[in-house]
Amino acid sequence: MSRPAYETVETDVLVLGAGGAGLRGAIAAAEAGAKVLVVCKSLLGKAHTVMAEGGVAAAMHNVAYQDSWEVHFADTMKGGKLINDWRMAELHARESPERVLELERWGAVFDRTWQGRIHQRPFGAHTYPRLAHIGDRTGLELLRTLQDRAVHTKGVDVHMEVTAFKLLTSEGRIAGALAYRRSDGSLVLYRCAALLLATGGAGKMYRVTSNSWESTGDGMALAYEAGAQLRDMEMVQFHPTGMVWPTGVRGILVTEGVRGEGGVLRNKEGERFMERYDHERMELSSRDVVARAINSEVLAGRGSPHGGVFLDITHRKPEYIKSKLPSMYEQFLKLAKVDITKQPMEVAPTIHYMMGGIKVDAETGETSVPGLFAAGEAAAGLHGANRLGGNSLSDLLVFGKRAGDAAGAAPKSAAAPKLDQAQVDEAIDQLLAPLDRPAGESPYRLQQEIQETLTKYAPIVRDGPGLEAGLEAIMELGRRASACGTGGSRSLAFNPGWHTAVDLRSMLVNAEALVRSAIERKESRGAHARSDFPKLDDALGEVNFIVEKTPDGMAVRAVKHEAMPGFLEEVVRHSYARYTPEERE
Amino acid sequence: MTAEISDVDLHVWRGDAGGGELVSYHVPVREGMVVLDAVLWVQANLAADLAVRWNCKAAKCGSCSAEIDGFPRLMCKTPIAEYGSSLTVRPMKTFPVIKDLVTDVSWNYQVNKEIPPFTPSEKDLASSEPWRMQQKDVDRSIEFRKCIECFLCQDVCHVLREHSPAPFYGPRFMIRIASLEMHPRDTLDRRPLLKGKAGVGFCNITKCCTEVCPEHIKITDNGIIPLKERMDDVYFDPLRWALDRLSGDKHEKG
Repeated sequence: MSRPAYETVETDVLVLGAGGAGLRGAIAAAEAGAKVLVVCKSLLGKAHTVMAEGGVAAAMHNVAYQDSWEVHFADTMKGGKLINDWRMAELHARESPERVLELERWGAVFDRTWQGRIHQRPFGAHTYPRLAHIGDRTGLELLRTLQDRAVHTKGVDVHMEVTAFKLLTSEGRIAGALAYRRSDGSLVLYRCAALLLATGGAGKMYRVTSNSWESTGDGMALAYEAGAQLRDMEMVQFHPTGMVWPTGVRGILVTEGVRGEGGVLRNKEGERFMERYDHERMELSSRDVVARAINSEVLAGRGSPHGGVFLDITHRKPEYIKSKLPSMYEQFLKLAKVDITKQPMEVAPTIHYMMGGIKVDAETGETSVPGLFAAGEAAAGLHGANRLGGNSLSDLLVFGKRAGDAAGAAPKSAAAPKLDQAQVDEAIDQLLAPLDRPAGESPYRLQQEIQETLTKYAPIVRDGPGLEAGLEAIMELGRRASACGTGGSRSLAFNPGWHTAVDLRSMLVNAEALVRSAIERKESRGAHARSDFPKLDDALGEVNFIVEKTPDGMAVRAVKHEAMPGFLEEVVRHSYARYTPEERE
Repeated sequence: MTAEISDVDLHVWRGDAGGGELVSYHVPVREGMVVLDAVLWVQANLAADLAVRWNCKAAKCGSCSAEIDGFPRLMCKTPIAEYGSSLTVRPMKTFPVIKDLVTDVSWNYQVNKEIPPFTPSEKDLASSEPWRMQQKDVDRSIEFRKCIECFLCQDVCHVLREHSPAPFYGPRFMIRIASLEMHPRDTLDRRPLLKGKAGVGFCNITKCCTEVCPEHIKITDNGIIPLKERMDDVYFDPLRWALDRLSGDKHEKG
């Protein structure tokens, strides 16, 4: 087959992903004087950020006057079971109030307190009411505000429905990316001085997930292939409350805001079971604790008819529920024929978020590849072993801006290095290969098998033999995927069979990294629970597992993290004495 | 796990800008299945290259708009059970087809760019104090900010359906303008735009847009009609017109 031509597009900063982190980064880079191009897989404004419901965490102390960045910092570290990058947690807690207020000045509208300040609602494992919100559609508000700001910022351009396939490097530095347009399959070669990965998570690796088709972990895979390090890949968040019934809607998110507004969890015997798992924080315990509690109740035979538990908010007035949780009301009424003002919801854990991701520098978001940056869910460090609700939206704003600032300041002349044509040609061949195998195995079937493999072998509670079997299965799926087809069509025009085949590569890198890291972490910490190692291991609390590409394949090694400075340690210890029932035993 | 409870014949429009036709697929139905599930089932099992846009599958992103038995709806929010044993899915009619159920909606993004963004006063921008606003004041624009940009209202708007190039920005962007105009801190007057290029006068209030809005925004009653009224104050009130001419005043925000 002759190699098709490609269009070359030059820019200073290339941003992959148009969710909160990508857009905030694009705005920052453009304000720093760079020419910015945002490339996204979907249409602008559809990114996964719109799915964030509950709010954005920022210690603005509008509702609880005692709140401060120190408490937010301690909550975040404690929630992450202390394997977070403490510097990221510190920057995040210090800077998120400023970022939220800035958003308001760009036109975002939040619910108000009676004094006219931004209202803040309570959320799991946040000591004080801290989540700025607008009903239960905070993510949409945030994304729309950033979208409008970005399209009206000079120097920002957007290419929609374009998928990046491979990052290109030159003399060890980032030089661009090869991508294809989804609508007609035409190829684009982007050349840039700096590249920001803001591609989100990889929840599509699991069957029951709150994530969309887009969440195939492209950023992690692209960075890994380009030589960057990944960290904490074993840490995948199960959101405690996803819909369980009807089967067609299984996995759709039920916002933590329901519990924030007073919703209670009960098993089929009517018992408010969180009493037994975390009697202090109850339903508002951290997500890992609540998800495991629900899992345990179901396994013990105390679940609801469809394999979940009951979440009940009916003690609140119907008008209150409709004004504070309008989309939940609508979602259950429409999809499950359940009126949540009168009946309890049935909920069970659903895959929601990757705490792990690309290892970045706390201050700038730069990866181990010069000129390559990452922010948002694609990056790792802030959340450690478990993310608190509301900390992802603030993560996007704080580190999206920081990475954008740094990428925008990268030397423009860096775009000049010559590209290695062999690198480009090889990427084009790999990208188009599935089209040459129309009769090859169906990519949809392989995608489904990846999902089933992780669901079976890397579930909410894992064990060594299961993970080993899972790794073997993933490697075998990798071999099959390298020979898979498109499901029949050789067409380049909007061909989802081909797109899915391409996405498999990303999913497999993420799945392998997840399972390999999970095998290494022989303890239970945060979202990573092992039935064969049910306790915390203090020695492992000092390390993160780093994943990198070597000539022999994927390697995982433990790296000891830098100790927290004394004053931050003091802040954490102070609050540790007060809240962490699950660790007191 | 729930067993398959019945089957459905799904007729999907397949084709591109050059033309196309309905193709029928036999789909096993599970309890609670929505139309998007059926389309994705066909994609995974019978027609791997069936093009469809979708993202969140939770009615929050507005990607999977289509015409189901002729009515514009979100596929992810439409239970199969509402249709008996057979249903037809076609792409949105107002926008040019790219392939199968995917249409070219880029015109909407151009329009959005033409609308001047949120513009607070210099004083508000200079102030280092967080802004104070009352809930009842922000509530006025909250309804409009619920819009998920599914463009179903644009699809059903007969002004956009029947005119090319369109002399009207369409319901989605009337709502966008309303959300800015009713923002308590916005100071810009977008009435000249409304009267001119945005073409609010072309809307003759048939309310089809309101009927298809998955977010139940009262597009016509709460958005377009108040915008029309605001314009009338300035442009069509003879007394106001005469006074403005005498004083030489520019239009202040009402």
